[in-house]
Amino acid sequence: MTRDGKLWTWHVLAGVVIFVFLGLHMLIMHLDDVIRIAWWNPAGGHPIDWANVVARGKMIFFPITYTVLLGAALFHGLYGLKNILFELNLGTAFKRTVALVLLLLGAGLFVYGTWAAFAATALARSL
Amino acid sequence: MLTAKGYPNRLGVWGWVGGGRWGVERYLYTLHRLTGLGLVFYFLLHILVTSSRAFGEAAWAAAMGRVTGPLFTIGEYLVFLAFAFHAANGLRLVFIELGWGVGKPFEPVYPYKTSVDFQRPLAIAALVLAALLAAAGTLDFFVLHGEVTP
Repeated sequence: MTRDGKLWTWHVLAGVVIFVFLGLHMLIMHLDDVIRIAWWNPAGGHPIDWANVVARGKMIFFPITYTVLLGAALFHGLYGLKNILFELNLGTAFKRTVALVLLLLGAGLFVYGTWAAFAATALARSL
Repeated sequence: MLTAKGYPNRLGVWGWVGGGRWGVERYLYTLHRLTGLGLVFYFLLHILVTSSRAFGEAAWAAAMGRVTGPLFTIGEYLVFLAFAFHAANGLRLVFIELGWGVGKPFEPVYPYKTSVDFQRPLAIAALVLAALLAAAGTLDFFVLHGEVTP
């Protein structure tokens, strides 16, 4: 299989991973009043209230699944964006630049987001 | 599933969902790309904004304060709708990729059957799923929360 064929397979697999974890994320953040589950919003009120952020941060489940979701979504989103940009047919130099910029952007945000998820857990546990 | 009544190529009102050269799936493709672009743009900013929680309560409050208000609520709602569509349609694409739910391949023998008959039910199922997700989101955003203040 070509390199692009492999990346496409990863794109589809990442999509399935995102379906599961982004589905959970949306349940927690935006369907909290439709389906009330105290486990992920123990302080009540709004899911983004600091008390709930700390309570979720204390559970190791969240930084781990956030990291999985972060990686899968960054790859899925940026690979999709790369495909759309490549279809504009703006030449080899453009393609190389796009590929490099998106790779650096994705890697940088993955490192920063992963650090933030685990730093938030360390912070929550120290409170 | 779809049968021509009297005239060839004439499917009646059902032809609106089952016929035509540019099928529903072609519009779903366009919408999938548009919602994908919207979601990836939101997501990159979302990482930066929500990472502020690692710097403590004040940083979190400041970051959340910058993205509050009716305009952001509408924006978030649009992101949710994009998510509902992209997720449901993406699931359909996975099914198509794996050949699930579209029957087994068969020899094309006259009178030919159109692939639309086999793929359209999946598209309709994806749209129903997207509509259900969107309805749940609408309920949460505007009915149960009542967050949009005039």
